[in-house]
Amino acid sequence: MPLLEIKHLTHWFGGLRAVHDFNLKLEPGEIRGLIGPNGAGKTTVFNLVTGFYKPTEGRIIFMGKDITGKRPHEIARMGIGRTFQNLRLWTHLTALDNIKVAFYSQIRYGLVGAFFNTRARREEEERIDHEARNLMKMLGIDQYANWVVSGLPYGIQRKVEIARALATKPRLLLLDEPTAGMSPAEMRETMDFILFIREKFNLTIWLIEHKMKFVMGLCEWIQVLNFGETIAEGPPKEIQRHPEVIKAYLGEMVEL
Amino acid sequence: MGTQTALSRVAIPWRRWVHPVAAWFRQHFGDTPLGSWLLGAAVATLLERLFGATIAYYLGLGSVPAIFGLSIVLKTPALIPSVLVFVLLMYLLPTLLVAKFTTPLFLRWEERLSTRVYVLLHVLFLFLILYFWSQVDPYRLLVLRLLGINILLTLSLNLVNGWMGEFSVSVAGFMSVGAYVSSVFMVWGFVNDDVFGPAFFPESLAPLAFPLSLVLAGAVTAVSALAVAIPSFRTRGDYLAIITLAYLFIVKSTFENLDFIGGPRGFMNQPEVASFTVVFVWVVLGIWVMHNFVTSTLGKATNAVRDNESAAEMMTVDTRRVKVVAFLTHAFWSGVAGGLYAHVIGYINPSSFDLRKSAEILGMLYLGGLNSVSGSILGPVLFMFLSEILRPFQLAKWLVIPVILIYAMVRRPRGLMGFQELRVPFLVRRRQAQEEARAHAVAGD
Repeated sequence: MPLLEIKHLTHWFGGLRAVHDFNLKLEPGEIRGLIGPNGAGKTTVFNLVTGFYKPTEGRIIFMGKDITGKRPHEIARMGIGRTFQNLRLWTHLTALDNIKVAFYSQIRYGLVGAFFNTRARREEEERIDHEARNLMKMLGIDQYANWVVSGLPYGIQRKVEIARALATKPRLLLLDEPTAGMSPAEMRETMDFILFIREKFNLTIWLIEHKMKFVMGLCEWIQVLNFGETIAEGPPKEIQRHPEVIKAYLGEMVEL
Repeated sequence: MGTQTALSRVAIPWRRWVHPVAAWFRQHFGDTPLGSWLLGAAVATLLERLFGATIAYYLGLGSVPAIFGLSIVLKTPALIPSVLVFVLLMYLLPTLLVAKFTTPLFLRWEERLSTRVYVLLHVLFLFLILYFWSQVDPYRLLVLRLLGINILLTLSLNLVNGWMGEFSVSVAGFMSVGAYVSSVFMVWGFVNDDVFGPAFFPESLAPLAFPLSLVLAGAVTAVSALAVAIPSFRTRGDYLAIITLAYLFIVKSTFENLDFIGGPRGFMNQPEVASFTVVFVWVVLGIWVMHNFVTSTLGKATNAVRDNESAAEMMTVDTRRVKVVAFLTHAFWSGVAGGLYAHVIGYINPSSFDLRKSAEILGMLYLGGLNSVSGSILGPVLFMFLSEILRPFQLAKWLVIPVILIYAMVRRPRGLMGFQELRVPFLVRRRQAQEEARAHAVAGD
């Protein structure tokens, strides 16, 4: 059974068809890439899968369950984690609190505990604190635990965002341009980092990326979008030579 | 930088006096813990309660100066020496002496008692200070109780305007719902009233039923707030401000048109059940509960909703639930505060809960600072302190106070304590905190 299956996904923004007939079968443990020029509809696909938009047509099936039209937090609870293209950390909170709040659906005390500081709440808070710190340690960012995130360097903020997504205990992690604004050295580091978290947390990863080198080195299978249409699909080597892809990125040769 | 040092070298005459005093103070009171100061102040206020009137008489002050003589000084400057002597004798001397002599005792307690017991002890001292202080003068008693109510209102409003980053102006509306509900409940049940007829229960039971009436007031207010919450939380931004404004006016005209509770003439005969102790207990309870909420991970989700709602959704936070919980908590405690208010004043009418009341609370909130429990306490304290000591200015007071508020906003745009918090366990355990800081510094080297 595929982990995520998308059938005939189509989405219209008013009169604009952002995504058309998008299909996907994602097997557990895979690293899948989604590429395409600016405005191709890549992030829209992510927003549809995570429930931010309701698709005009099509079905999204995650772990055998139809999740089409569910609210984002319900989908997130079922095991789809996500990072954003432009960082969307909670800027007034510390790095640790950013990660702790992502444990929201796993909190085992209710409002009574929140208001009256019961023993159950204290124990649970301790557990969450411990788990969040562990997670930070695993990703090597534990020394920033008590920093307010807006004051952290960009690379660390990226890691905090990934740690936050991991705290929701995802089976599938969607990364929206994980190397945006990074130098080549940082990019290589990020590649190793993604392989590391896949191993460590037993994840399936689906990522959007612009940098060809990054996608080619990391993904086993790549899908290319242009103007909402899937124009090519296959292993990296094939995609690199695919005439449609070259056309979409570089434009067409014109005989003079 | 250069100008700053140059400025500080310009002779400021008081510096010469302040430095030796500060040095003397540091030498003798450097490690006096907060507890000693509170106990000292409690002793001082007890002495004032016992001998204040006599001393004031011999100093030619007539009666005990209500607020440390600050408004007397503004009214009749000739009394400044007497007031200074009074403050020195009544407050400063006993506080300093007791603080000095109880320092070793508190330092021992600091090590032995658990944080919880130790903090409770501080709350008890604070209660004693305010209690003795309020017993001298009915004016003080009234002001302190109103201050407590304003703290509850400000803190509960902070949940929505600060922690959740929305803008609610219906705090006076919630207050009035709470005030009317608890008043009707108490008058109908415990008072022989012209409108509601004879009491159902003996009046001696009224103090016992009062907490129940407050909880009921809060609950009814929260339910009525649901009518605002459900439509407004599908969107973000200015909508809540507009809807809460509408709520405020709807509630006001509803009460104006309900004849059985007096309509615009108002409603009175509330039993005298809101003593200083009762108000104090409710305020402490409210602060404790709301503080618990905002420090829990469940409560911090409100911050997540404020900072980035879509990210919060994606990180499994049910944002709609979070918003409703924060808003209803705001409504509940504003309702409770309204119930207290009705019984403190003993008379309510719809126009005492108008937009001006909301604006006043908003002023206290933004002065104290968003997203801060300590700011929500500090804001009302300063605001009311200012508005009481400036009473001799009469109407001009409302020229002076706004100027002070604007100045505060210019100097500290986030409010005095915005996004900051006094950490109570560290405040009460100064020595431990100092040692920890030292250990930290050493580790850092």
